[in-house]
Amino acid sequence: MSDETLHNDARRRFLGGLAAMSGLALAPGVTLISPARAEGASSDVRWGMLIDINKCQSDCDNCIGACAAENGLKSHGRPTTDPQWIRKVSVKDPSSGNEKSLPVMCQHCANPPCADVCPTGASFKRADGVVLVDRHICIGCRYCMMACPYKARSFVHEDIKGQKPHMPRGKGTVESCTLCVHRIDEGRLPACVESCETGAMVFGDLNDPNSGISQAVAKYGATRIRADLGLDPGVMYQGI
Amino acid sequence: MARFGFILILTGFLMTALGSLPAVADGVPVPTLAKPLGEQCVEPKDFMRRNHMDLLKHQRDETMREGIRGKKYSWKGCVECHAATHPKIAEGKIRTLYPFCAQCHHYAAVKIDCVSCHSPVAQGNEPMKFSTMEEEEAQKLLSMMKGHLGEEASQ
Repeated sequence: MSDETLHNDARRRFLGGLAAMSGLALAPGVTLISPARAEGASSDVRWGMLIDINKCQSDCDNCIGACAAENGLKSHGRPTTDPQWIRKVSVKDPSSGNEKSLPVMCQHCANPPCADVCPTGASFKRADGVVLVDRHICIGCRYCMMACPYKARSFVHEDIKGQKPHMPRGKGTVESCTLCVHRIDEGRLPACVESCETGAMVFGDLNDPNSGISQAVAKYGATRIRADLGLDPGVMYQGI
Repeated sequence: MARFGFILILTGFLMTALGSLPAVADGVPVPTLAKPLGEQCVEPKDFMRRNHMDLLKHQRDETMREGIRGKKYSWKGCVECHAATHPKIAEGKIRTLYPFCAQCHHYAAVKIDCVSCHSPVAQGNEPMKFSTMEEEEAQKLLSMMKGHLGEEASQ
């Protein structure tokens, strides 16, 4: 939808008030997220995630299990074609021998190449920075899968049954991490963040300087994977 | 005289056509829809019969693209009220939208594929009752997560 319709002052003022009323206080001065329901996604907000890989355990895959449970991802027993929204990637520095394991999912780029190449407009970025696939108009061409440098998207090869009511999925379309958009619209955390026992994943509004994520980024800094591509991902890492 | 004969023949045709109308209507049984759970649909019945698809489509774009949620029309809302059991579907143990939608869509010969992606199954109070093994695993994980969060919240 056009940015003009989303950028009007009355709406901003309303959202400001809404945030003040309904912001979830985690700790003094740290607000988490404010639900955006009737008003919809606002460009005043940019959702992001900060992952501290020093806290991420190499033998833990809670986030992957939580993602699968939340979004109804089931294996067909064929790993090469099973959809994969989030995965653990192991990296090793050959000179020091330092090994790390990090979860990688859709990086929710500010300049998403998937949306650039999509011939139907099915790949798009919501006003609050969440990159999604509109599967009503996705034709399954998979250009976006080739364009994505993070290998974040999957094609659904097989018929799916037993979908979750909040996460419609179907054969012949491309899908990826939605940042649990159905949850964040309700003011809840994405399933992976909620499942992380070590607190390695922090979710929040990058546009709000008082949010936990912004403060952590300001204090400790953060790395983006393939920052050289200039895609400005909303998912950031510490300790790479 | 010739013109008069033509009119007679035309009238004959018309009579035959009118006479055969009830027979055509009897050919295909008119759908009788299962009674929904709710008292009142989101719009009057006649309006819904003609426009339900437009309501759904309009709101789907708003929800998906702009994140506007919780408005009047929704697929989930349809499922809540109109899902019904059928002996041929999971031995009548689950409520789905199939029996409700199928009747009219069969009558009108309109095939749609909403349910190939959107769950037509109503979420009862006991979702475990209808789950498969894989679902059970997922539910276990979810309850573990909830337990974990509960601990966090109490700290």
